[in-house]
Amino acid sequence: MDPKRYRQLVRERLPKPDLARGVTRAFVLGGTIALLGQVVYDIFRAMEPTQGEAVAATLATLILIGGVLTALGVYDNLAEWGGAGAAVPITGFANTIVSAAMDFRREGIVLGLASKMFVIAGPVIVFATVVGLIVGLAKAIYLGLFA
Amino acid sequence: MVYFWAFVVGGTVCALAQLLLMYTKLTPAHVLVLFVSLGAIANGLGLYEPLIRFAGGGALTPVSGFGSAVVSGIVQEVRRLGWIGLFTGVFELTGLGIAAAILVGFSLALVARPKG
Repeated sequence: MDPKRYRQLVRERLPKPDLARGVTRAFVLGGTIALLGQVVYDIFRAMEPTQGEAVAATLATLILIGGVLTALGVYDNLAEWGGAGAAVPITGFANTIVSAAMDFRREGIVLGLASKMFVIAGPVIVFATVVGLIVGLAKAIYLGLFA
Repeated sequence: MVYFWAFVVGGTVCALAQLLLMYTKLTPAHVLVLFVSLGAIANGLGLYEPLIRFAGGGALTPVSGFGSAVVSGIVQEVRRLGWIGLFTGVFELTGLGIAAAILVGFSLALVARPKG
């Protein structure tokens, strides 16, 4: 069969990604994790003296939950179902670190686990730092903090 | 009411990310980098902190909240220390999350095996 015709046939037969379903699922899963975050925050808000400490404790708890669900193999199923709804929340940040650490464990603890755990989280931290520094500098100048 | 808005705002951020994943050729890593940068910029424009007051977990939980927290930390530290706060502030509010993720990742990877 001529390659052009073949490629066209493949394109026709491939299942089309269902946009509405994908976006709805991401909304539902991402919203549910955010709701969970709010519930955890309210619990810590009643225990911790300041808002900042309550936020910190909330994020640490969500990271622990995301990490444990990853180790149990549950988070991968969530990600398959909800796509960005699993990837974008902070639990997904923990998921990228824990799953990379687990996958590369067999290449050694130093050159595998420890070095590869940042394969996706690394770029996030780098861009948060670089963009954050530029924006933070501009904001501090705008607020007159250097005057 | 904050529960409702946490769900809606958190869900909307993720739905936008999903739309980008399906409509464009961007990989998940690119989308995460984009959202963390947008969070930092939104904070710089004074938009993200009001969103956190309005939607709580809906704004704190997505990765955009991480970018916003970098800027908040910098401004807070510059107020306290001057220009050196630009650098001490980067991980002022985000350091805990990174430390927790490293600790959780390291210890779980020692005991758990990947499935499949």
